[in-house]
Amino acid sequence: MLSCRELVRLVTDYLEGSLAAEERLRFERHIAICPPCRSYLAQMRATLAVAGELTEESISPEARKHLLAAFRDWRADR
Amino acid sequence: MLRVACFHVDSRDVAEEVVQDAWLSVLRSIDGFEGRSSLKTWLLVIVTNAARKRAARERRSVPFSSLITPGHSEPELDAERFFGTDHPRWADCWSTIVRSWDEVPEEHLLGQEAVTSVQAAASSLPAPQRTVFMLRDVDGLSAVEVCNTLGLRDSNQRVLLHRARVRVRHALERYFVQEGRRV
Repeated sequence: MLSCRELVRLVTDYLEGSLAAEERLRFERHIAICPPCRSYLAQMRATLAVAGELTEESISPEARKHLLAAFRDWRADR
Repeated sequence: MLRVACFHVDSRDVAEEVVQDAWLSVLRSIDGFEGRSSLKTWLLVIVTNAARKRAARERRSVPFSSLITPGHSEPELDAERFFGTDHPRWADCWSTIVRSWDEVPEEHLLGQEAVTSVQAAASSLPAPQRTVFMLRDVDGLSAVEVCNTLGLRDSNQRVLLHRARVRVRHALERYFVQEGRRV
C-alpha cells in the first residue's frame, strides 16, 4: 500500500501520466480510500488552474520599442 | 521567449537582447517557415539557438542545465506534516489536516489575490524550477517542448516541475488558510 508521503512525492508523475501502469493503480487505490490525499490532489489541480491565470512576463518598454521599430522596417522593406 | 533566454544566459539585459535578435531572425526567415512545425515550436527553436550562441560568446563554460543534477535532493517541503516512518500505526500518514478547497468560492480561488500569491511563490523559486514551472504551467508548453528548449532530460524536467508545484501549492494553501481565519 502506498503511503501518503509517497503519494505526495508521486503526484506530479501521476498528473504527467508518467507512472507505470502498476504504480498508477497503486496511486488510484490510495486516492480512493484516503480523503486527505484526495484533497491534496485536488489542491494541486486547483494550483495549476490558478497558475494558468498568470499573465506572461513582458519585456521592458525599451526593448519593445526596438522590436516594433525593427518590425516596421521589415514591413517597409517588403 | 524571454523566459527561455533567461534560462541560457546570465542577465536579464542580455536575455532581452537575445529575444530581440531572435525576433530579427524571425523577420528575416519568416518566408522560409514552411509550417512543418507549429509557429510556437519554431519560435522556441530560434530563441534557443540565439540564446545558446550568445551564451557561448559570453564564454559561459558551465551551461545552466548542467547545474541540475537529478540526484540532488532538497528537504521535502511538507515533511513535517506526516507521522514518522517509524510510527507504529500511522507511519507516513498525514499528521495534520489537509483542508479541502471545495468550499473556497471559485471567484476567490481564481481571484486576483490567489493569482498574486502564486506569482509571488513562483518568483521566489530557484531559477531552474521557476523557468520550468512558468513554461509548463503558465505558458502551457508541453513537456517535450520544454525539454527540447531547455536541453533537459524528461526526468529532470519532471523533478524541477514537481518541486516547483509543491512549493507553489504550499504558498497557495497558506494564503487560503490565512483567508479562512480572517472570515
